[in-house]
Amino acid sequence: MTTPLIELHEVTRRYDEGPPALNDVSLSIAPGEAVAILGPSGSGKSTLLNLVAGLDRPSAGTVTVDGVRVDQLGEAASAKYRRARIGLVFQFFNLLDDLTVADNVMLPAQLAGMSRGTAERRATELLGRLGVDRHAAAYPGRLSGGERQRVAVARALMNKPALLLADEPTGALDTASGEDVMRLLTELHADGQTVVLVTHDLVLAERCATRTVQLLDGRVATDTALEVLR
Amino acid sequence: MSALSRVVRSGVGRKRVQTVVIGLVVMIAVTSAVLGGSLLAASQGPFDRAFDQQKGAHLSAQFDPGAVTGTQLAATAGATGVAASAGPFRTAQVELIDHFGHPVPPIIVVGRADAGGTVDRVVLDEGRWATAPGEIVLASGDRMRFGRGVVGRQWKAGDTQLTVVGIARSASDTAGAWTTPAQLAAFAGDGPRTYQMLYRFSAADTAEQVSAGRTAIEKLAPMAGSVSWLDIRRDAISDTILLVPFLIAFGLLGVVMAVLIIGNVIAGAVSTSTRRIGILKALGFTPAQVTRAYVGQALIPAAVGAALGVVAGNLLMLPILAQTNQLYGTNDSGVSPAVDALVAGGALALVALTAVAASARAGRLRSVDALAVGRTPQPGRGRWATRLTSRLPLPRPVTLGLAHPFARPVRAVSIVAAIAFGAAAVTFAIGLGTSLNRVQEVEDLADIQVNALHEKGARPGPREPEPFDDPAAIEQTIAGQTGTGGFMGVARSEITAAGISGDLDAVAVTGPDSARYYRMVSGRWLTGPGQIIVSTPFLTAAGKEVGDTITLTSHGVAVPATIVGEVFNPDNDGMQVVTDIATLRVAEPELVPSTYYVSVLSGTDIEAYTDSLKAALQPEGAMADELSHGPDEMVIIVNTLTGLLSLMLIVVAGLGVMNTVVLETRERVHDLGVHKALGMTPRQTTAMVIASVVVTGVIGGVAGTAVGVLLQRTVITEMASSVGFRLPSSVLDVYGSGELLLLGLAGLVIAVAGALLPAGWAAKTRVAVALRTE
Ligand SMILES: Nc1ncnc2c1ncn2[C@@H]1O[C@H](COP(=O)(O)OP(=O)(O)O)[C@@H](O)[C@H]1O
Ligand SMILES: [Mg+2]
Repeated sequence: MTTPLIELHEVTRRYDEGPPALNDVSLSIAPGEAVAILGPSGSGKSTLLNLVAGLDRPSAGTVTVDGVRVDQLGEAASAKYRRARIGLVFQFFNLLDDLTVADNVMLPAQLAGMSRGTAERRATELLGRLGVDRHAAAYPGRLSGGERQRVAVARALMNKPALLLADEPTGALDTASGEDVMRLLTELHADGQTVVLVTHDLVLAERCATRTVQLLDGRVATDTALEVLR
Repeated sequence: MSALSRVVRSGVGRKRVQTVVIGLVVMIAVTSAVLGGSLLAASQGPFDRAFDQQKGAHLSAQFDPGAVTGTQLAATAGATGVAASAGPFRTAQVELIDHFGHPVPPIIVVGRADAGGTVDRVVLDEGRWATAPGEIVLASGDRMRFGRGVVGRQWKAGDTQLTVVGIARSASDTAGAWTTPAQLAAFAGDGPRTYQMLYRFSAADTAEQVSAGRTAIEKLAPMAGSVSWLDIRRDAISDTILLVPFLIAFGLLGVVMAVLIIGNVIAGAVSTSTRRIGILKALGFTPAQVTRAYVGQALIPAAVGAALGVVAGNLLMLPILAQTNQLYGTNDSGVSPAVDALVAGGALALVALTAVAASARAGRLRSVDALAVGRTPQPGRGRWATRLTSRLPLPRPVTLGLAHPFARPVRAVSIVAAIAFGAAAVTFAIGLGTSLNRVQEVEDLADIQVNALHEKGARPGPREPEPFDDPAAIEQTIAGQTGTGGFMGVARSEITAAGISGDLDAVAVTGPDSARYYRMVSGRWLTGPGQIIVSTPFLTAAGKEVGDTITLTSHGVAVPATIVGEVFNPDNDGMQVVTDIATLRVAEPELVPSTYYVSVLSGTDIEAYTDSLKAALQPEGAMADELSHGPDEMVIIVNTLTGLLSLMLIVVAGLGVMNTVVLETRERVHDLGVHKALGMTPRQTTAMVIASVVVTGVIGGVAGTAVGVLLQRTVITEMASSVGFRLPSSVLDVYGSGELLLLGLAGLVIAVAGALLPAGWAAKTRVAVALRTE
């Protein structure tokens, strides 16, 4: 077996009040997998994703991504880690309203120190690949939900991350747009991108994931490898 | 606890920064306003208060013992208009030798058994009153300053040993020294003896009233001479007259700054609370309740700040008042309950008013709208700036931050105004202080004064220096001293000028260096006889301009003269004519200098120079005295205030910036989370937040400095013209280009300093928390 890209070892995340959001979770994800995290609201899906992205730290256990002990990173190091290895897609897009589509997409590269010119070329290429290049100069407010999520995906891919994390990427979209975004993620996976996505929608999960992990009350309830249909 | 007070309490706790900022700003504003107000109260005629406290003499009169009897003198106490009187005291003009063996200019010594009484209650600065023969109390005032350690020294008058037992001051300037009546009678001095009587009149506000009183007294006893308190008053306040506007300006600055910053902070606090107010209304609070909750929230820290400010302001008053007390012989505590109450009450009323006005605005909003606003800047605002800065060849976090102020133009303008106001006030305060120092310097152009040693035919009353017997020898001696930088001989005379009523003082100068002792406003310095230099008030009174000719009359001889220059010279209220001694010799052939003013080369030890000049002049029958340069107490006060004021305004402006950046960071917390999720490091976050105040800081600093310079020029020009003067460029142009640059950058420094703390907080925000904040 290849070395896992993501390795969660006995991870617990406890908040001040209530039961732990994640309770003793161990999980290992190999490069090239497309994993769908499923589970009811409040089951700890976002918490899991945040831990992998270095946005949050576990109360116990270790999180290793691409050989990096994410749970031990300081603020600056975790920012650089995200910049280099992680692409994030959110339910509510989290595009910056005051930046154009192109500027939004370029931002992660520019934060990493890429020159404006180089970043602009790569952004144009990505937007073209995702079919939203005609909106490059527009502001996100003008775009439909599906288009916005495509822009967000483009932004997430800007630094060629080893790992694409998506938290309910279709949650704020109508069915058609949702399917469109799912198709996009499937295509990216087909091109070799490791994807971890959180979703409610079992049907969509099964259509684009190679593996589903079901969370319940902060624990892994089921972990199922799916046949690759396509 | 009622629901309302719970809301108020939780509001104060939630908005810790705003609460602290309101408290601090109110405190600083109240401190400076209390300080300014108390100073203003204390400066309201310090002479008048000293005069009142001491029951000063409206008229001090001299009587010739040969011409009046004791009964006559006693009868004058009942003269029409006399409310109180003291005396008769024996007086004599005495030449004292100080404890170093140096002669002191002749002074009037009065024999007085005690310092108190109904008129002229002399105030002891140090030591005690003379109670036994051989004891003397020296008067300290404008003419004489005594350092510590004079009390207890042995002085001499001729062969009589005198112990200095005290230093005292009389607002009515009735003596140069006091001793016991017995000691005075024993003086073997050959100066004429007189009796001194001191009177207070029931009305003495005008020269006419004083002169009516004098006439009434003269009917009962012929007078040898008299001095009106109005003349003493004019002399005493002429120095401080320029400083009073500064204090007024200072007080006003304090109040205006308070109004501006309190308004700014509370408006900002209310505007970020719009959403909170919306929630309260949605929960069923009435608009009035919302307003009251808000006023309460602002008033709690404001009240604490005001209380601390009153205490701080009064504490700061103490050392300053000690100085003015020293200067005027008053003993004010400086605590003015009226000012304290007025300032604290005014500040709280202002805070309440602003809070009411701002929250009433929010109260009018329907809760749905209130709930909708205030999250992020209105989308679309300032996008042009974002596009523009994104092209700059700077790191992306910096270019992002630079554009931030343009998303909130109104707030940006208000913070620019706060920074600008701070920078303007600092520039103005520094400029005004420098100008006043330069005015003072004009009087300090000479280092040493040389006068004839002995007075011939000394007489009571105002003492004029005597002409030198051999001015040429004096000049030679001065010029021959090593360290002499320049000197000027001065002869004083009285003249009249066509078109101006009354006598004028003429200052006839001689010597090669006279020009260095005057500061020109326009025209040029004297090049020969027949030319005069005058001050602005003279030109105004005579209706002349530089270049015009005017006819002077000296001792009945008409002397035509050309006005070649306008000088800044506050002596004689500007009604003084400066000319070459040769001009007046036409009418007064025997006119010779009675004073030499000497300046030393820079780097010369003035004290040593004075001592050696003294020794060299002794054979010539002249003596040299170091002129007290030391910065005048009032100038020290002004400088202290300027420093204090600048510091406070910088702190206040910095707090204003901090408050704004905290608001901004709160509002942008979600965007911040996004940035960080995309890989923005804490250092990049700090850079972005600091960059967000750079534009406002620079604009505010530059605008503020410009306004400050303009204010300084306008105010100082107005101040001078209100007393009839025009100012020389040395007083007007006080800012060097380096200083201007520094002052301009001060705005940036203030802004960055104010942004540092919130930038650190922004850098520490946890992404997961920020992104959850919806
Ligand atoms: N910052 C937080 N503070 C306190 N509790 C939290 C925080 N974030 C998440 N939780 C709690 O942790 C649990 C899991 O949350 P989350 O991971 O967001 O669930 P999901 O994404 O599956 O809906 C929930 O009960 C939630 O209330
Ligand atoms: Mg979630």
